[in-house]
Amino acid sequence: MEMLVASAIGLLTAVGVYLVLRRQTFPVVIGTVFLSYAVNLFLFATGRLTVNRPPIYAAGAAGYVDPLPQALVLTSIVISFGMTALVIVLALRSFLETGSDSVENSPASADEAEATQVTTDQARP
Amino acid sequence: MQTAINHWIIAPLVLPGIVAPILILASRHNLAAQRVVSIAATLALLAVAIGLYGLAQDGTVRPYLVGAWPAPYGIVLILDRLSATMVLLFAVLALAIVLYATAGWDTRGRHFHPLFQFQLLGVNGAFLTGDVFNLFVFFEVMLIASYGLMLHGGGAQRLKAGFQYVTINLIGSTLFLFAVGTIYAVTGTLNMADLARKVAAVGAGDTALLGVGAVLLFIVFALKASVAPLHGWLPSAYAAAPGLSAALFMIMTKVGAYTILRVYTLIFGADAGAVAGIVTPWMLPAALATLVVGALGMLAARSLLSLACFAVVWSMGSLLVAFGLFDAGGIGAGLYYVLHSTMAGATLFLLVDILVPQRGGAEDRLVPAAVGHPVLLSGLFFAAAIAMAGLPPLSGFLGKLMIMEASRGSAAVTWIWAMLLATSLVAILAFARAGSVLFWKPATPHAEPAAAMPSLKPLPVAVFAALLGATVALTAFAGPVRREMGLTAAQILDTGAYVRAVLGPAPLASAGRP
Repeated sequence: MEMLVASAIGLLTAVGVYLVLRRQTFPVVIGTVFLSYAVNLFLFATGRLTVNRPPIYAAGAAGYVDPLPQALVLTSIVISFGMTALVIVLALRSFLETGSDSVENSPASADEAEATQVTTDQARP
Repeated sequence: MQTAINHWIIAPLVLPGIVAPILILASRHNLAAQRVVSIAATLALLAVAIGLYGLAQDGTVRPYLVGAWPAPYGIVLILDRLSATMVLLFAVLALAIVLYATAGWDTRGRHFHPLFQFQLLGVNGAFLTGDVFNLFVFFEVMLIASYGLMLHGGGAQRLKAGFQYVTINLIGSTLFLFAVGTIYAVTGTLNMADLARKVAAVGAGDTALLGVGAVLLFIVFALKASVAPLHGWLPSAYAAAPGLSAALFMIMTKVGAYTILRVYTLIFGADAGAVAGIVTPWMLPAALATLVVGALGMLAARSLLSLACFAVVWSMGSLLVAFGLFDAGGIGAGLYYVLHSTMAGATLFLLVDILVPQRGGAEDRLVPAAVGHPVLLSGLFFAAAIAMAGLPPLSGFLGKLMIMEASRGSAAVTWIWAMLLATSLVAILAFARAGSVLFWKPATPHAEPAAAMPSLKPLPVAVFAALLGATVALTAFAGPVRREMGLTAAQILDTGAYVRAVLGPAPLASAGRP
């Protein structure tokens, strides 16, 4: 089980890192989502992997699982959820205002515009 | 046992935490009421900060147990000289910024004052907390508010830069969580005092993992403090931000420096066993690189904002050189420089904000253009540039002198002196060039006449003058301030007292994790 969880976290992180290095905003947003999934799983696993153990109290429990990482993950999920919502709105606003979804400061070059296939006029309601 | 006086420790969090929602809910459409409440709350915060600073003067470390949960289990806030100094510094800066905002910035977008109050909450929390995960939470509060303040007023360029700023900080937050998780997995605690006790006792098999956590955490803090090569986000973000937000953000890089100082003296300091001083070999070269990058950026800057941003990067370099010494002299000098560079950096950004509307279409580009009120504005620029570049007679000069004095015992003294002096020269050159282009070179003939420039409002200039006055005061009272910072540095290095104050005298039988 350790191997499976560890490689899943590794894979999610790798996908996230690859995506945040992309040039368009949408893959970057998805990349940060993957990174936050990876880190949430990672935080969860820092309490060690156990099966069928109660976190706080149960009568006749053989042992307990560390409850703190679960609280940490909860906080982290809430924060990353809010951040993702914010960054999506920001990416959308920036696309609508500038007509380009490039992450860079410079105006969109011709090949990027081709890649996105959407012009500002079409995007504006 | 909590005493009544100790409850004031949480006031810098509770006050903005209550005011911000009230501003949103009760006076959303009433800017005048927002201004009154926001300024009153910031004044009250300043009063509390002064009170807390007085309280911390007796040299004891005061833990505040939130919800009265005993220390390693509940969240603690810590009031010591360092956190009191930082909270006071921020309260002074915040008061200046909120007054400045009422001159017009808060009408250019919505919700300036609530976001501003949330920013106060986040930064004060980061300074006061004694728990690593809680530090993460306050970092996020601080960052979310800063996203709003950075994007205040909107505009295409600001949105582009804002996306980059948010993304880099999201990645930073992810790294922070990875670091926190690693450290927790090894030690089983996230309370800073408890960590300080437990890291030394970590078994040999786990030290590598703990070291990874420590270095990851350093990378996060270095990102916030814009240490080279992680400084790249700062110039584009701060240049795109509204001038007064950039001035307020002067404290955010200092939060990074503060956390580096706190964590790498207390937890991974001299008593940390196998991971003692794990970042010390990296700190000084990184700080020196930051100095060089900042100075070169200033020289290459083609706009005044870009010059100001790289000046901030450069001053972070000087400051981290001092902290990188990790001894009482270096930390004391560095803390004096923190006070100076926060005030001087804010002064510079406010100056740009005052100057830009006076230059017509030239905005902040370093090209000759007609300037409204050239005598007054060139005088203000001269003063701000002297403060930032570290020329006598203002506090930047004294701060740099203190850092050089403190580094005399260091093995890298040649490097530190050479880099500090050489980059200072470059900084002076950059400011001199900018000043002569801005004010002395004749404008091109087809430029607009100076008469068309808007009139200068008295309030922004007064706030600017007050911040400059703070720099002058830092210079005039350099001796007493330096002594205070020396006492603070001594208290920071006395980690035993900190741990005892939080956890009680008896060392726990530090059984790590089962």
